[in-house]
Amino acid sequence: MSAALARLARRRLARDRGALAALASLVLIVLACLIGPFLTGHKPEQIYPDFVRVAPSLDAHPRADELRPALTRLAFRMRLGLEDVRLEGDRVRLTLTASGRPVDERALRLLPRSGLFGSAQVLERAADGSRLVVALPVRKLTFLLGTDALGRDLLTRCLAAGQVSLLIGLTATLAALLIGVSYGAVSGMAGGWVDALMMRLLDILYALPFVFFVIMLLVFFRAGLWLVMVAVAAVEWLDMARIVRTQTLSLKGRDFFRAATALGVGPGTILVRHVVPNTLGPIIAAATLLVPRVILLESFLSFLGLGVQEPATSWGVLIAEGARALESAPWMLAAPAGFLVVTLVALNRLGDGLGEALDPRLQRDSAGT
Amino acid sequence: MIALIARRIAQSLPTLFLVVTGSFFLIRLAPGGPFDLERPLPPAAMENLRRVYGLDQPLIVQFGRYLASLARGDLGPSFSFRDLTVTDLFARGLPVSATLGALALVLALTLGLALGSLAAFRSGGPADRLVGLVASLGLAVPNFVTAPLLQIVFGLGLAWLPVGGWAGGNPKNLVLPVLTLALPHAAGIARLTRASLAEVLIQPHIRTQRAMGLSRARIARHALRGALLPVVATLGPLAAGLMTGSVVVETIFGLPGIGRYFIEGALNRDYTLVMGTVVLVAVMVIAFNLIADLAAAALDPRLRVSA
Repeated sequence: MSAALARLARRRLARDRGALAALASLVLIVLACLIGPFLTGHKPEQIYPDFVRVAPSLDAHPRADELRPALTRLAFRMRLGLEDVRLEGDRVRLTLTASGRPVDERALRLLPRSGLFGSAQVLERAADGSRLVVALPVRKLTFLLGTDALGRDLLTRCLAAGQVSLLIGLTATLAALLIGVSYGAVSGMAGGWVDALMMRLLDILYALPFVFFVIMLLVFFRAGLWLVMVAVAAVEWLDMARIVRTQTLSLKGRDFFRAATALGVGPGTILVRHVVPNTLGPIIAAATLLVPRVILLESFLSFLGLGVQEPATSWGVLIAEGARALESAPWMLAAPAGFLVVTLVALNRLGDGLGEALDPRLQRDSAGT
Repeated sequence: MIALIARRIAQSLPTLFLVVTGSFFLIRLAPGGPFDLERPLPPAAMENLRRVYGLDQPLIVQFGRYLASLARGDLGPSFSFRDLTVTDLFARGLPVSATLGALALVLALTLGLALGSLAAFRSGGPADRLVGLVASLGLAVPNFVTAPLLQIVFGLGLAWLPVGGWAGGNPKNLVLPVLTLALPHAAGIARLTRASLAEVLIQPHIRTQRAMGLSRARIARHALRGALLPVVATLGPLAAGLMTGSVVVETIFGLPGIGRYFIEGALNRDYTLVMGTVVLVAVMVIAFNLIADLAAAALDPRLRVSA
């Protein structure tokens, strides 16, 4: 891609408001996924057993009516009796009792571990140690997108899942790019029977039901994250090879190409110095359109339970969980599906915009403006 | 024409061979076998089973035998469905998947062509932008999101349609699965139609027709004929994919199609079922690609010459 085309493309893209909006939302989503999990106040794997399938809201939890059941449950786990629970501002005052033995204060460590409370402060002890009056700071937890079936914050999980989905999308696209560009460029550069043979092989590969091979690999060899990426990349490089080969062939007739050959530049150097940079425009556009396809394929595999495995999570995994809980907790589907769809729409729109902006055929249309 | 068909079939044989070989050896490399149960069988019983199914032979002999029976059109007995051959399973499931797939294809084509042409003829207008928006959404929403959404809205909320089940092909049971299958493809076809029609509409022969005062309908007919080619070219793989069933749709709607056989077969190490599914899909892809090519030749005389 020449500097002139790059400048022109940037100018054209700057006028494409849809593509700019898409780019802006993508940047937002990526930033949110990267730093969001630190800002939501929850860890992705933190379980709040008291808040299972909480609906999305701005309210802070635990609400006054949720305090009592949560404390009862905790007291049960500590094997202590619970008496006079009083809420005083953002602290709760309660009395713990044990019958016939002193209260073991080490049990108090269970209270903050629930995630609902800070560390307990002992206010009074009865003489025989069987009663303990404790002040407990109440934490304020918000679940903006609700919680899932285990009581984990859905927003945090969506963002953490986004990291995985985006990572797979990017890595697999890069891998597909690498294979596709080398294959296409070599085929186009070589020409003759090598080219014919390589294209014939490509035709055969096109006809293979690749998704089936991917599924077989994943079923048989207990997939890890990296295998998913490799598998997806192995499927998706074919189009890229075609595009690059066509571009290379059209470049071969151009003067600068012939000049380089006449000057005795080797084919390898020509490939790296002249062919690849000049095919960069269409490649960038195609790669941008490949990312959403990869993300979709990954989420399809994860939906089937073949892709990303617990404890790691991806949007496909979350969507599968949400689809199972649709009746009782529709937000569990809506939240990850929303993230996925917005990302895919934005990537598709940006890819289309880039394709138009980088299309050298359209160059003269806007050259005068 | 017949020469073309014959040549294409000959060309597809290496592909088919590659598919069969690749999947045969891949599935045999996988750990585990079809008769692994939670409580292992006694060695003698296992030995017998393996002998009955010919699994005690060397792998290459088994491969030769499989190819031979495949050439006779025999896909072998299923390992996980007792007393059924793979052909029996397909005879049961394929009608279901093919019905859904054919309906979805028709719906996707109708919707996609109509919306795509509307957008192209009203290029730049609000209709164009609306179609663009709907199409990009349709492409981005995966079917495992659409399906539960349709279920909850039309099945549970409005209670107009059953949530799932086949019910002997009751039309009411078909609506939601067919919609789920068709929507993303309708979106794809709409985008493709719009793009290719927009390219045709600025060509000189259309300008000439405008200048000659032809009616809009006549011009549209001429333009569509040229614009349909790229659409037809994508129909082959699309039709094959739709006809061979969808795991997601069949699982979510509880339909007895063949889409589920592949993954179930792979999980149960049902070698013949997996192989049969792969062969079926490959044959379908080849057949529908051929049909699509013939349709393209019918649309474009130039392709007939070069073919």
